[in-house]
Amino acid sequence: MATVASPEAARRVQRLERVWRERPGLLGWLTTCDHKRIGILYLFTSLAFFAAGGVEALLVRTQLIRPDNGLLGPEKFDQMMTTHGVTMIFLFVIPISIGAFGNYLVPLMIGSRDMAFPRMNALSYWLFLASGIFIYTGLFLGHGPNAGWFDYVPLGSKQYDPGPNVDFYALGLIFNGVSSTAAAINFIVTIFKLRAPGMSLNRMPLFCYAFLAVSFALIFALPPLNVALGFLELDRRLGFHFFDVAHGGDALMWQHLFWIFGHPEVYIIILPAFGIATSIIPTFTRRKMVAFPLVALAEILVAFIGFGVWVHHMFATGLSSITLVYFAAASLIIVVPSGIQLFAWITTLNTGRPEFKTPLLFICGFIIFFLLGGLSGVMFAAIPFDQQLTDTYFVVAHFHFVIFGAAVFPILGGLYYWFPKVTGRMYHERTGQLSFWLAFTGTALTFFPMHIVGLLGMPRRVYTYPGGMGWSDYNLLESIGAYVLASGLFLIVANLLVSAFRGVRVGPDPWGGATLEWATSSPPPDYNFPVIPKVTSAYAMWDREDREEDARKLTRGDLVLERGHETPASTVLDADWDEILEMPSDSPWPITLAAAAAGVFAFLLLGHWLVAGVFGGLCLAVLAAWHRQEPQLA
Amino acid sequence: MAGRPRLLVPIVCSTAFAGCGGGQSPLSPKSKPAHDISTLWWWMLAVASVVFLGAVFMITIAWLRRKREGLPYLGRRENVANGLVVVFGLLVPVAVLGVVFVIANLVVTKDTDAPAAGSTAMSIHVIGHQWFWEVRYQGTPAVTANEIHIPVRTRVDLAVNTADVIHSFWVPELNRKIDMIPGQTGRILLYADRPGQYRGQCAEFCGVQHAHMAMKVIAEPAATFRGWLANQSRPARAPTTPAQRLGRQTFLTTACSDCHTLRGTAARGVIGPDLTHLMSRSTLAALTIPNRPDELARWILDPQHVKPGNKMPGLKLDAAETRNLVDFLESLK
Repeated sequence: MATVASPEAARRVQRLERVWRERPGLLGWLTTCDHKRIGILYLFTSLAFFAAGGVEALLVRTQLIRPDNGLLGPEKFDQMMTTHGVTMIFLFVIPISIGAFGNYLVPLMIGSRDMAFPRMNALSYWLFLASGIFIYTGLFLGHGPNAGWFDYVPLGSKQYDPGPNVDFYALGLIFNGVSSTAAAINFIVTIFKLRAPGMSLNRMPLFCYAFLAVSFALIFALPPLNVALGFLELDRRLGFHFFDVAHGGDALMWQHLFWIFGHPEVYIIILPAFGIATSIIPTFTRRKMVAFPLVALAEILVAFIGFGVWVHHMFATGLSSITLVYFAAASLIIVVPSGIQLFAWITTLNTGRPEFKTPLLFICGFIIFFLLGGLSGVMFAAIPFDQQLTDTYFVVAHFHFVIFGAAVFPILGGLYYWFPKVTGRMYHERTGQLSFWLAFTGTALTFFPMHIVGLLGMPRRVYTYPGGMGWSDYNLLESIGAYVLASGLFLIVANLLVSAFRGVRVGPDPWGGATLEWATSSPPPDYNFPVIPKVTSAYAMWDREDREEDARKLTRGDLVLERGHETPASTVLDADWDEILEMPSDSPWPITLAAAAAGVFAFLLLGHWLVAGVFGGLCLAVLAAWHRQEPQLA
Repeated sequence: MAGRPRLLVPIVCSTAFAGCGGGQSPLSPKSKPAHDISTLWWWMLAVASVVFLGAVFMITIAWLRRKREGLPYLGRRENVANGLVVVFGLLVPVAVLGVVFVIANLVVTKDTDAPAAGSTAMSIHVIGHQWFWEVRYQGTPAVTANEIHIPVRTRVDLAVNTADVIHSFWVPELNRKIDMIPGQTGRILLYADRPGQYRGQCAEFCGVQHAHMAMKVIAEPAATFRGWLANQSRPARAPTTPAQRLGRQTFLTTACSDCHTLRGTAARGVIGPDLTHLMSRSTLAALTIPNRPDELARWILDPQHVKPGNKMPGLKLDAAETRNLVDFLESLK
């Protein structure tokens, strides 16, 4: 609870407490619509999937520890490798960055009391959880996805993959996509409409720019994937011929549709990481980001240009050279906005007074890995080099430096950075630094030698390899690295778990952070802020007078909104005060709708079309109930 | 940095190994296209190293100056900092990327282009199967598998297709890769500077035995090649001993002939490789095992143990039948 200056203020805060109080116990968690609780649900669920994906990775690396190893047979290996990719991308990185970090932090950073559509937010989470369980059901039944995460046809067609493996994949990802789409729409409306009065777009934190860019990218990237998966299911289940060359279909069309989604997806994965980096760096260098407008523009541009580079995944397919040259040029152009951001981070570090605490260490690791992954990425825009090295371990090295080194390191740094905000306690700094060095060494050791084995001709996605090719020592090194990395990750979890109960208690703003989440107590109250904060710059917390003004506003009752379950909405560009929104409180409908949707997908998988239709009807009934306005407390 | 020298040793060894034949390292080019790609790589590596070390240097500077006094919350000389970002984040990358684009995508790429129609003396047709390579020599009846003979220093036009899923033809010491996609024909130049064996491997994930879908290109002097091709073009040799005759009988009356072809006999299966001149090949099952009588017998009796998931069923043969069958196959020179 925030510090309270006067009796009037105390009364208002008491009323806020009563109006916004969350239902306690398990039922509270199942029906919650509070963005912080949903963020925490996302966090634990995505971390559980991270652990599962990590175990799969360790199994894969253990199988490859020496030539002609017999730990996993080819069929099991293919399932592990495919599920690892699907898990890390769809069930870990995106849910943790958008679902956990975005949900918890975006409303706090923009000075709002919740997301724009709290119940849809809860729905996103429950759909995500159900889709993850759906995909893993396949794996536990021995029918996990097995045709690679990009599931090229005809390998993924019924003829060559007759089991339900690919159906778990295709239906699971469509299911998952509903969740992501709903989340993306929610973020766009929240960021455009729920910013505290005064936070015009040019005063919005770069973190929120990243999430805005990601949300738009998601909305435009997911439809091609859904179309591709829909075509695939029609081919597999109902005998259509979209990808069937023998009947006039086109196998290459799958690759186009998949990568029109798949490349923007890479930026969807990495942009939240950029957002986290631009939050941590100013705090620990005691300085504002260099070239703020350029960085904001670069974040948007990356998401936009990301839609025009997909063919660089297909340089070896024999497309015309004009096509290849065009997409190679686009792939080089997208390097420029990334370069701007990279240099802005480095220059900020260099011209500030950096304090190398654990979060900043992870950001430094991120910069180094992003450089490595970025530089090898540029090489893939050189067509002949790409055609030589694509589908080798060089690619595996490249994209793991990008989507593990560059996307996950800021997430790990962010876990440390916002840990005191979420728990009200501080993590153990020395253990934190040790965990960084373990994770950093493990990552470098696991993925760097992959460049070399790739350059020595080792193809990717092989379940085993012969000795005598010069690959064995590097593979051994990579497998050892994977275990070092796993120990670093384990140490992070242990540090945070122990600190959550034993850590030193901290106040609202232990770091002297720049953005509004540090304005409220740690952990934040259910209503986030006792008064909607005043904003006059992009570094709201560093404007001391504004924060003192907030205390006076609370006494006056200016934008406290204690009479109802309410938050203010503002205009899109200038964030002028617009209207007061009545926010829904907890609701049983999101989880019910997600359960009904899970029924639809389960029976689609089983081929009971009629029962699936019944569950579809159930979904509509739940939606009707959902839209009956429920009585407000007040 | 005690680890460094130890790390470098295997690089040197393995590239040396690859050079002695049978390797598949893009860094040991044996033709002009592969050579140009590897040169492009070394140059890009040099430029990338400069950028990387520059950035690490700047981070190190930041670390060294971490205790310096300064004004918290305020940047100093904001214009200089912004200028640095514009120069190093925008202008320098645009210039470097422009050079990479022109050299790689307008110059080097020409060397790796498919040969123009009619510009080569011979053409070979390779068809990808789960999990082996069918090789046909245009204008001759010769069909073989997994071991592609070519005359040295001769431009060969290679056309590729697939019989099932997507594969990718890749012999890195000779050229880039080309995907084998249903419904389309890929083309690539095959050329070797000097005689030798060049290993290749399927580069697109093609199912459970993607890992055991290797091949090799054998470049040999023109005369040797002509002799080899003439032999390949002939039908299968007739058996000469009673054991071979019994073996042939077994071949033609069991599942063997459903999947394999022996040109000049009733065996016309197309699921597995053509075995007409099996003994002219040094390996079995797409380079999975050496082609020796004992390995051949093991392969016939229990192929699912050697290469799990492959399409060959094990045959239930008694010891004598196996011996005769192997005897017959051993005669297919």
